[in-house]
Amino acid sequence: MELFTNQILAGIATGAIYACMALAVVMIYQAIDHLNFAQGEMAMFSTFISWQLMQWGVPYWGAFVLAVVFSFAGGVVIERLLFKPLAKAPILTNVAGFIALFAIINSVAGLIWDFTIKQYPTPFGSSPFLGSQLISTHQAGMIGVTVLLLTGLYFFFQFTRMGLAMRAAASLPESARLVGVNTSWMIALGWAMAAAIGSIAGMLIAPVVFLEPNMMGGVLIYGFAAAVLGGLTSPLGAVVGGFLVGVFENLAGTYIPGVGNELKLPIALALIITVLVVKPAGLFGRPIVKRV
Amino acid sequence: MSAAIEDVVTEAPAVEAVPKRAMTLGTGTSLVMLALLLLVPLFVKNFIIFQLTMLLIYGVAVLALNILTGGSGQFSLGQSAFYAVGAYTSAILMEQFNVNYALTLPVAGVICFAFGFLFGQPALRLSGVYLALATFALATAMPQLLKLGFFEKWTGGVQGLVVTKPDAPFGLPISQDMWLYYFTLVITIAIYLFSVNLLRSRSGRAFMAIRDNEIAASAMGVDVALYKTLAFGVSAGITGVAGGLGAIAVQFVAPDSYTITLAISLFLGMVVGGVGWLPGSIVGSAFIIFVPNIAEGISKGLSGAVFGVLLFLVIFLVPHGARQVAIVGQQLIGRFKKN
Repeated sequence: MELFTNQILAGIATGAIYACMALAVVMIYQAIDHLNFAQGEMAMFSTFISWQLMQWGVPYWGAFVLAVVFSFAGGVVIERLLFKPLAKAPILTNVAGFIALFAIINSVAGLIWDFTIKQYPTPFGSSPFLGSQLISTHQAGMIGVTVLLLTGLYFFFQFTRMGLAMRAAASLPESARLVGVNTSWMIALGWAMAAAIGSIAGMLIAPVVFLEPNMMGGVLIYGFAAAVLGGLTSPLGAVVGGFLVGVFENLAGTYIPGVGNELKLPIALALIITVLVVKPAGLFGRPIVKRV
Repeated sequence: MSAAIEDVVTEAPAVEAVPKRAMTLGTGTSLVMLALLLLVPLFVKNFIIFQLTMLLIYGVAVLALNILTGGSGQFSLGQSAFYAVGAYTSAILMEQFNVNYALTLPVAGVICFAFGFLFGQPALRLSGVYLALATFALATAMPQLLKLGFFEKWTGGVQGLVVTKPDAPFGLPISQDMWLYYFTLVITIAIYLFSVNLLRSRSGRAFMAIRDNEIAASAMGVDVALYKTLAFGVSAGITGVAGGLGAIAVQFVAPDSYTITLAISLFLGMVVGGVGWLPGSIVGSAFIIFVPNIAEGISKGLSGAVFGVLLFLVIFLVPHGARQVAIVGQQLIGRFKKN
């Protein structure tokens, strides 16, 4: 029984990261109707920035905040320079653009910082949390930061004018423009927020998976799986999906024989396909009705 | 938070429509290409012959993706998975069951066709980005599936399998590399002709109708589900043959040769060659073989950045890839002739 509780808690901790990643994916999906394949690489790059700052002697939280600010700005720049001109292009062109971005960021990070694996510090320490053997302080910290972030986002979207404008621009761009919302900048803001959220996820998971240019590959697939499970149209769904996927991954790894570390990605694949076949809209998403 | 209703009529199609006649080359150009492909290997070194063989093999794989995306308008970032299945089928049949290498290729094709057809079933529920996502997950998961202890008896696990290179038959006095080149060339030409005729046939027209407007196609009596899965199957089958040829040419299969990077390369080759323009496949294939070599020569790890930047340049400057360049070239030649 203790193993079971332990695995659930560990699942919730990794699930927190998947939730962040899924949320970043859903935010961009909401803003521009496309999945950002480069999301993980953007997060990895931000994490490297914070690592570099720390190497130069900036304290952890200083580097953390600077990296988030950098990602926010970077998100705007990428959207304005590369993806705004593609807004009217066919989906294929956009997918190609995301892949190009993926390749560039991955390769540039490797050029600057090498492909060697680096240690990444955690501000929470790794001693047992509150004297319990079940969960470390870093895992508790991950969950705490995620919950904080999600609450903040909820209030932003529900109770601020800017949040309302973003939701309007995402759901009905024409009508939003008519009432004076600058939809073009709302998209840029969506990119910026997604980049910032992704960077937080990256910095939180780096102590667990270690820092290297390919660190986000698996996390991104799980983030996608979480987003699909929760429904690509629902931020709340993305979060719930993230936690569910984290717990599911840990339980499957422990209790299904033959599923060890070597099968983690196929599990995510199986999950994505199952959800898409059984319930394409996800748990919380709305099915899309086509009007001919 | 989202619009539950999507306007289909005003929505831009996922892939731009390519007129059927613009998909192939004229007879004269085709013959010149064929002569070049036949004669060039006679004058170059063995290593270059090997690279030309790989050029043809990747060309076939890009062609397969082109049928899927350019023909039926579906995406795939998972071609590396089908390529891997084809390669492993050939390698296992040759090494574990002593089947003749030429006979393994149809088997690889059939197995991959079935695999693709089955994968096409859940893919039916998906369009656009969702499909890209599902195939992306397939490609990422494939190396881990190949490493599975359960299959290790046949696949050789992480170590992979070594494949023996076939000799030229009937005591022909040519090198192994050159024989393999001509062998590949014959298969490539056969697949090219098959693809061109497929796209001109009733099925090809159905693919294109689905690509351009799915609802209109189904209203006109096209069995959308059947033709979409069929396109997936055909594409996977051809990719599987390419994979089998690749295994024979490289003489080695291992799980980590077939990562997402390969799938991305093939996708890139298609975009560079021009989506829906079949001859462009060979241009795209040349691009994905030679550009990384040049980039790695300048600095290790640079190839990703060079790939990415070039891809953006293609998207912004020549969105139709090599097809656009070819058309411009043709017009220039036409003007030159008039003077």
